[in-house]
Amino acid sequence: MINQPILTDSDPQKETITLNLGPTHPATHGVFQNVLEMDGERIVSGVSTIGYIHRAFEKIAEHRPFYQITPLTDRMNYCSSPINNMGWHMTVEKLLNIETPKRVDYLRVIVMELARISDHLICNGILGVDTGAFSGFLYLMEEREHIYEIYEEICGARLTTNIGRIGGFERDFNDIAFAKIRKFLEKFPPILKEFETLFNRNRIFIERTSGVAAVDPEVALNYSWSGPILRATGVDYDVRVNEPYSSYQDFDFDIPVGTTGDVYDRFIVRNEEMWQSLRIIQQALDKLEKEPKGIFHADVPEFYLPPKEEVYNNMEALIYHFKIVMGEIETPKTEVYHAVEGGNGELGFYLVNDGGRSPYRLHFRRPSFINYQMYAPMSAGMLLSDAIINMSSLNVIAGELDA
Amino acid sequence: MGKLNNQQVVQSLTSRFGERISVPSEPFGLLTFETTAENIHEVLRFLKEDGDLRFNYLTDITGIHFPDQALSIGVVYHLHSLQNNVRVRIKVFIDGDNPVIPTATTLWEGANWMERETYDFFGIIFEGHPNLVRILNVDEMTVFPMRREYPLEDPNRVDKKDYFFGR
Repeated sequence: MINQPILTDSDPQKETITLNLGPTHPATHGVFQNVLEMDGERIVSGVSTIGYIHRAFEKIAEHRPFYQITPLTDRMNYCSSPINNMGWHMTVEKLLNIETPKRVDYLRVIVMELARISDHLICNGILGVDTGAFSGFLYLMEEREHIYEIYEEICGARLTTNIGRIGGFERDFNDIAFAKIRKFLEKFPPILKEFETLFNRNRIFIERTSGVAAVDPEVALNYSWSGPILRATGVDYDVRVNEPYSSYQDFDFDIPVGTTGDVYDRFIVRNEEMWQSLRIIQQALDKLEKEPKGIFHADVPEFYLPPKEEVYNNMEALIYHFKIVMGEIETPKTEVYHAVEGGNGELGFYLVNDGGRSPYRLHFRRPSFINYQMYAPMSAGMLLSDAIINMSSLNVIAGELDA
Repeated sequence: MGKLNNQQVVQSLTSRFGERISVPSEPFGLLTFETTAENIHEVLRFLKEDGDLRFNYLTDITGIHFPDQALSIGVVYHLHSLQNNVRVRIKVFIDGDNPVIPTATTLWEGANWMERETYDFFGIIFEGHPNLVRILNVDEMTVFPMRREYPLEDPNRVDKKDYFFGR
């Protein structure tokens, strides 16, 4: 390669075309740039350029107290921000040895599984759009709206949720929230069923996606893939099962795996995971019935912000409020790694603490970043249109890619 | 799952490497030990290819900077043995003025971008890396921003002086 002359586009000797796919292209769903060498419609080689929305979260996190880092995690994978929020909260809880009550765990599980559903909805809906079927996407978007309404009832926000606190939630779920979750569990399955009927055995869809971008499990592991795309290759690695957090060990659910790791398998795995998420939410609602009502956070006044009316009327609450906000709380000097199963893979938080107000070092193991690095190598030899649907099915979120 | 515990990992590591790895600790159950830049490649290869350990999954590579230490730059590896469901964390401390460490891309393709990111933010040179260039920051950048000496905001900014805020 080195001895080959570098040819400009106007050089008659040059046989390939350089194509800039992105950074703002309607088919890439985010700020992704790939500089592709094209031979006709086939990709010869490609280089991914990333970092267009890099916001230095790791540096900012070194200057912020723990509870102010939650809004940063929102903006990583903004399709399933509650999982990021709670992953961060659980990391801090692990560091501080906070034991959360079972009811908090189950409430968290409900929100995280809703977030997983909304994440997979987007990905599979968009995959339909990219293969030429718009109606499935429009149909599913309405359901995502209902999930966002549930978030809104719980925390007041819709997209960048900033949901929960260290130790639990800032307030209990109200009756409207529970009613909306129940309604969602009732209304969503037939719609998902219909969506599957539209795609799963659709000959046009199968011919478009089956065999496209098939990946061997060995290659996927070598590239440190995780999440649904790894499971589509046949590796049953799921953090929820391998290292259960937030009482996932109490739930009965399956880990769907594929066989070939192609775009079709990823689609099927994601659909099946939505069914499993619905199962988990239903079980969580049943388990909540048996838990004492009204508990929505762990009893850790040193870390959990007291309610505002108490801050103004109660000496202890005022002291704790002051200490939490000013960061004068003793924290252990150690390091912790905590992983959760995010919408598209293992989302890890590596936190090194020196006992100060803010983390000494915080590193996010971002699944999108690690999953995406195989994109350019695996695109070589593919048709451009296949590379587009391959990118959709990887479900790379630009915010998480660039952090 | 769970056929292997941390004790067994420590045993096979110490019988293989002896003094070349540090005394391990287990913060929050995650086996952690240190080694040196000379040994890191061999340690990673052993952990990956040993028939019992099988740490075949590279979870993460990242860096850390302790300006007060003699060896100020740290490289932190997280490995995962998926079959045994055991994680291990390996730390290597190297000289901050000449941070050079062998690459892990010969063992895992996935190390490529992780090492590029670590280079981008800490200036750690991964020897043998196929394409060690900046990844998230702009190519023209001259500093390695995650090192502790670089402030969060540009100190030359004129719009955020203290007197604007009555300080």
